[in-house]
Amino acid sequence: MKISTLAQQLINTYQRGFPLCSRPFLQLAEQFNVSENEVINCLEQLEQSGVLSRLGAVFNHQQAGASTLAALKVSAQKLDKIAAIVTSFTGVNHNYAREHEYNLWFVITASDQSQLEQTIVAIEQATQYQVLVLPMEKSFHIDLAFTIDFEHENKQNAAVKNNATLRVDSLIDQGIKV
Amino acid sequence: MNNQQAISPLERQYILLTQQGLPLCAKPYHAIAEQLNISVQQTLAITKSLLDRGVIRRIAAVPNHYKIGYIFNGMTTWDIQDDKAIEYGEKIGKLDFVSHCYLRPRHLPQWNYNLFAMIHAKDATQLEKYKAQIKEILSDVLQTHQGKSHSVLNSTKILKKTGLRLNKKRS
Repeated sequence: MKISTLAQQLINTYQRGFPLCSRPFLQLAEQFNVSENEVINCLEQLEQSGVLSRLGAVFNHQQAGASTLAALKVSAQKLDKIAAIVTSFTGVNHNYAREHEYNLWFVITASDQSQLEQTIVAIEQATQYQVLVLPMEKSFHIDLAFTIDFEHENKQNAAVKNNATLRVDSLIDQGIKV
Repeated sequence: MNNQQAISPLERQYILLTQQGLPLCAKPYHAIAEQLNISVQQTLAITKSLLDRGVIRRIAAVPNHYKIGYIFNGMTTWDIQDDKAIEYGEKIGKLDFVSHCYLRPRHLPQWNYNLFAMIHAKDATQLEKYKAQIKEILSDVLQTHQGKSHSVLNSTKILKKTGLRLNKKRS
């Protein structure tokens, strides 16, 4: 996938601090010496190709509602089935299979603590597994906002192809928070 | 967070409307204002207030790191001394390859790790290097409640991944 210079600049400059004004794309256009339309088109293409999951606010789950990290210890042959049940809950917004005794990891969000607890109970009932509940007690670094290294593009693509064990069934959106 | 102002119904509507991103048009906040039936100034003020209160962490171009080649992520988990947890958590959170770093409760005997650090890399070797770097920093405070002082839970499969999704208000 070829990522244009403008796209790289936009992504690496605006992992935070996107201008808060009525014509934000115009401001970006002036900064990068292109037209407002070019900025908008570039971002549109990035969203369509999936390189950008979105442009906008990254919300703090703790303050916008309640959330917790949670895990299940599922027998290997049941993993897909149980994972599908967990994913079907609307409050579950990340769900990863991981290499560990606790092999299914997900984040549960809810509008408040009591709804969160209800969801945990509902997941336990639906899966018949006890949920390991690991709420955040303190956070040291909460943003996935590191500088992207756009080099070695070809190497990465080869790596994706060669990595047969890593199957991505549904990469719906992004905003890694786990 | 004692003096945290509660989220108003209007702000909640704003969150519901914008949690999937800003509309990509010349005047995105006008589009939101129209849908909320308020002025652009009010919309910008709400956004600023949510930012100032930390409800919005940042306004950003949020890349899909997987698509850009960061296909290896590891959730590293560590059992470190409680009285040193904040001091060392801060050190780990500052590493530029760590995207998230949290303290979480132990659940003994099933779960003895209290420090979580998410690391991202483009290949397995890089991921290993990052893990070793964290281990080195934590070497003085690592402990073992049950045999192991740390564990790296590599992801084998992404099953679902979305940004924050608040449910529509229940009636």
